[in-house]
Amino acid sequence: MLRLPRFEFRVAGSASEAVAILAGEGPGTRLVAGGTDLWPNMKRRHQSARTVVSLMSIPELQGIVGNGGGEGELRIGATTCLADVAASATVRERYPALARAVDAISSPPLRNMGTLGGNLCLDTRCTYYNQTEEWRRSIDYCMKEAGSVCWVAPSSPRCWAHSASDSAPMLAALGGRVKLVSAAGERVLPVAELFANDGIDYLEKAADELLTEVLLPPESDSRHSKSSFWKLRRRGSIDFAVLSVAAWVRTDAAGVVEEARIYLGAVASAPLAATSAAAALLGEPLGEESIAEAARRARKAATPMDNTDFQVQWRGRMVELYTAAALREIAGLDPGVRAPRHLTVLSS
Amino acid sequence: MTEPRAALNLIGKPFRRVDGRAKVTGQTRFADDLTFPRMCFMRLHRSTVPHARIVEIHLEKAEKMPGVLGFLTGEDLPVSFGILPMSRDEHGLAVGKVRYVGDPVVAVAALTEEQAEAAARAVEIEYEPLATISSVEEALANPEPRIHEHGSGGNLHRKKSMIFGDLEQGFEEADVIFEDTLFYGGNTHLAMEQHASVAVPEDDERVTLYSSTQIPHYVHRALARVLELPASRVRVVACPNGGGFGGKSDIMNHEIVTAKMALVLGRPVKISLTREEVFYCHRGRHPMLMHLRTGFGKDGSLKAQHLKTALDGGAYSSYGVASTLYAGALQTATYELPRYRFDTLRAFTNKPPCGPKRGHGTPQPRFGYEVHLDKAAHALGIDPADLRLRNLAPAGLITANWLQLSSVGLGRCIEAVVEGSGWRRRYGKLPHGRGLGLACGAYICGVGLPLYRGEMPHSGVQLKLDRSGGVAVFCGQAEIGQGSDSVLAAIVAEVLGIELADIRLVVADTDLTPVEFGSYASRVTVMMGNAAYDGAQRARELIATAVAERFEVDSERLVFAESRVFDAEDPEKGLSFAAAVAIAETRFGTLGTTGSYRPPTPPGRFQGSGVGPSPTYSYSAAVIEVEVDPATGLFDVEHVWIAHDIGRCINPALVVGQVEGSVYMGLGEVMMEEQAFRRLPPRLSGALVHKTPSLLEYKSPTFRDVPPVTTYLIEEPDPAGPFGAKEVGQGPLLPIPPAAANAVFDAVGVRVDQVPIHPHMILRALEDKARGKEGRFGPAAFPDVDFPRNLIVPTPAEGGDGTALNDPRSQKQAGRQAAKEKPSAASAPV
Ligand SMILES: Cc1cc2nc3c(=O)[nH]c(=O)nc-3n(C[C@H](O)[C@H](O)[C@H](O)COP(=O)(O)OP(=O)(O)OC[C@H]3O[C@@H](n4cnc5c(N)ncnc54)[C@H](O)[C@@H]3O)c2cc1C
Ligand code: SF4
Repeated sequence: MLRLPRFEFRVAGSASEAVAILAGEGPGTRLVAGGTDLWPNMKRRHQSARTVVSLMSIPELQGIVGNGGGEGELRIGATTCLADVAASATVRERYPALARAVDAISSPPLRNMGTLGGNLCLDTRCTYYNQTEEWRRSIDYCMKEAGSVCWVAPSSPRCWAHSASDSAPMLAALGGRVKLVSAAGERVLPVAELFANDGIDYLEKAADELLTEVLLPPESDSRHSKSSFWKLRRRGSIDFAVLSVAAWVRTDAAGVVEEARIYLGAVASAPLAATSAAAALLGEPLGEESIAEAARRARKAATPMDNTDFQVQWRGRMVELYTAAALREIAGLDPGVRAPRHLTVLSS
Repeated sequence: MTEPRAALNLIGKPFRRVDGRAKVTGQTRFADDLTFPRMCFMRLHRSTVPHARIVEIHLEKAEKMPGVLGFLTGEDLPVSFGILPMSRDEHGLAVGKVRYVGDPVVAVAALTEEQAEAAARAVEIEYEPLATISSVEEALANPEPRIHEHGSGGNLHRKKSMIFGDLEQGFEEADVIFEDTLFYGGNTHLAMEQHASVAVPEDDERVTLYSSTQIPHYVHRALARVLELPASRVRVVACPNGGGFGGKSDIMNHEIVTAKMALVLGRPVKISLTREEVFYCHRGRHPMLMHLRTGFGKDGSLKAQHLKTALDGGAYSSYGVASTLYAGALQTATYELPRYRFDTLRAFTNKPPCGPKRGHGTPQPRFGYEVHLDKAAHALGIDPADLRLRNLAPAGLITANWLQLSSVGLGRCIEAVVEGSGWRRRYGKLPHGRGLGLACGAYICGVGLPLYRGEMPHSGVQLKLDRSGGVAVFCGQAEIGQGSDSVLAAIVAEVLGIELADIRLVVADTDLTPVEFGSYASRVTVMMGNAAYDGAQRARELIATAVAERFEVDSERLVFAESRVFDAEDPEKGLSFAAAVAIAETRFGTLGTTGSYRPPTPPGRFQGSGVGPSPTYSYSAAVIEVEVDPATGLFDVEHVWIAHDIGRCINPALVVGQVEGSVYMGLGEVMMEEQAFRRLPPRLSGALVHKTPSLLEYKSPTFRDVPPVTTYLIEEPDPAGPFGAKEVGQGPLLPIPPAAANAVFDAVGVRVDQVPIHPHMILRALEDKARGKEGRFGPAAFPDVDFPRNLIVPTPAEGGDGTALNDPRSQKQAGRQAAKEKPSAASAPV
């Protein structure tokens, strides 16, 4: 059996206690929520910690609160488990694509343990990295941990491990924000700005910052905005995305696209803003042609690497098809590809 | 040994498995659940390089780690072992060199598992790297450096060619000849339970090994050999396995090393493998390249076939010699093939050793054959179901390669799935994207010959009965989840007319139970079942004799049912089973019986004829419906209809479970499973590693990914099996991969001639087709290999006698035979 290394385990009773511990203990301290990412990583020795601070006994980090009834901003506490997010009536009604994205994360037991905050802070992934210590020793490690070469792109100076969170591209597309708290104070960042396109330093969050909540803008439930989420993976459960497409489109009363955001997951080290793709949709009703153009542009923007499942060239092609599918779904057109079994029907 | 009495009490009805309650309530004690006083823990330091000479092993750092109790290296276990006596090329720990990433080099024992793990990690080894071989092609191109010194030269482990009958004549009689090259990727068993072993030293230089193994008997023999102890001082207990599928049917390094460590330290030692280590133990499906060339008459009749197979064997022999022969031996069991040539080779590569996985060596050529037939049917304009029905092997046939068939339920299987799936209405007529595919298979019900020479029984069972009315059954068979225990108990309960609850089983313990070869080759129900039937029948006779004397009736008239023994003519006249046993105990003294089984001598007598023969063969046919998305190449399997010729169900609930399990495993292989390897850029690194040795990344279908299965059980009792039963553990896997591939073709009109079928392959074939090229994705060609020294064996129809014309060994035997029984030595059977 793979076993955890020894470390000191502390349970914080409040957010301020958690950040105080982080500030006091310094580097070598990690936070844990559901542990579905951290524990396997520590067992495989690619993440380590002297002290681990659990966030699961902090009441203020849990739960979903709608400010101002059905209209206002929605706050989701960082340690709300994924199953609760996906099952929340408010989320399903106002952000159905988010419910779909969260419902497509991993498997039911992991959604019961895993949290939304943990999902956003999830480590980047790579098949050369998510392996045991012994395996990594046999390839002489890699740049992300203990080695000097990136085996995916040996002449590259950076790590290309991919962003694996399904909620991140969706929350970014919806214009969500996160609140970060540290001993020094607090700040609120757009979800899109939480990430950096670097496999190693993938978070803009400082090590001593605690993510306390996710805020969803009230306008996303306006009658003229719509969103969609498509995820590609090998199996109908358990698997991480090899590609996810999160799209959000707002039209005027006549149906002309005023604003659009498309974020791609698993094809870069951060949720990838396909800005030029989104721009292709502006100024006209969402239709066959603009969607096709946006999909082509999305494919160009994506840089899938050979560090996850499926043949890499094929994944590149799927970026176009899945981007089109997500947008076509928003437009009420046939998606053009068969919907995978793991995608729930969008309510509303 | 068909059931003599008409009415059966238990057999054929679904009953709860005897180990079911313990399993679902967590009471079953798997090997990893065992603990003993003073038990310590062992970990293996495995090679991190794929091929290298060991220059030096540094234990200095590891020795200083807390809790460390001792180390073993290859020097401590100089005696080699191997499941087949002709290829014992494994050691408990690497001696002199390592051959794959994962090859065990040093064993460390410590007070806790954490300490053992830390110490194993602190071991340092200096290697002198050697060039690596990663595929059959590379092995053919690079005879040096050799991975092993034995084999058929260079890096070839085995090369063999057998010609059954006048092949040229066969092809001459053909109106059309088709050729295909196909590839079947390697995959692994993925049993839920990771291997674990506990060794306990006993007084007087004895040792007991508790292990998750399918083959306690062979582990017992290997331990005695390697530990250089008399076999009588070694005891092996096979704990219930949390799944085996062939992955626990080889002697594993850790079993040998744990026993040695326990003897050296004088205290119990446990090892529990990680999932990654299980991927390194492997012994799974061989990657196999195949070439088929088959001649047909215009009417679809088979005239001759030439099959070539190339197996990527991994770093050790394992069952390789047998796997190589299984890669061709069963091609003849489904359809009557008058002439047949089979060339095969197995290469050594620097990867974990391949071996037997469910279907051992046969799913690959079966995939090749059934896809090849589908293509031929198209070309000939014959419905694929009809093409198969037209060529069905008749019951009792001795095939061109000298397999003695018994009952053949294949025709009924095909009819069942054709009917169930609406084949005649729907095949070839579904909308673009939807398709149906059909395929068949045959499998052995136990091996005709033991793995080592000898005429002793293959299966043995002992019964102990006494006045309590309880019956204890002792049998060496290992329960690996398939229901071995339930079959054993049911057969005894049926013969003696008692309830399952009155039977106590003592199984898989080489000290306490008679020799049983183990849970492999689908031999349990037929071989163990026959032995159990034999033993129970003898007990029944003893009781019947005593009771008949007491009641003064003919013992033939006695019925054993409902836990009573009574007169068939006058049911009131009788007594409880316990009272009947008491009478027998009074009459004969302490009661015990034995039963044993040895399969009939097979008709083939050429070198290599030991692989393929079986008391009988099971048959399966499947129709699969798929939905392919032509835009992405992704496909879903929508439904599986499968019919299995089971002879007779001992327990239909278990039979259906095995059928469905085989279907899902077969779907995994065709849809996604892949034991894939990765070489790093050679200018930067010599690494050659398993691509993803983890449960998350080695893709095996979840329940979301598999369709409903409709199962038809074809019951036609076979004289070779107990109550007419045949195997079901492996055969139903065989038709699944080819049926799925054939369904993809029906759906979108392109062929993927390899397994697993990835979406990019379908997409690529579709694009090629759209560009006017052949709509096919698959291997280009079979490597140019010379297969010299063909064994030439005349077929039964040609008047052969089962020997080869040019096999020195069989000629000698034939000479001796002819001298003994002059007149009819060469008479043509059938
Ligand atoms: C088999 C398997 C399949 C999976 N499949 C998917 C999938 O399909 N899609 C997907 O998106 N994810 C998947 N995951 C990843 C993971 O389960 C989820 O992302 C989950 O949401 C992580 O949440 P957690 O609470 O368990 O995180 P943890 O493991 O507790 O934490 C993850 C990281 O975030 C940090 N962290 C956690 N909470 C906070 C906080 N409030 N503030 C600051 N830092 C914090 C931790 O320090 C740690 O570094 C999978 C995981 C496994 C093991
Ligand atoms: S992308 Fe490169 S550096 Fe990053 S984890 Fe993978 S192999 Fe290592």
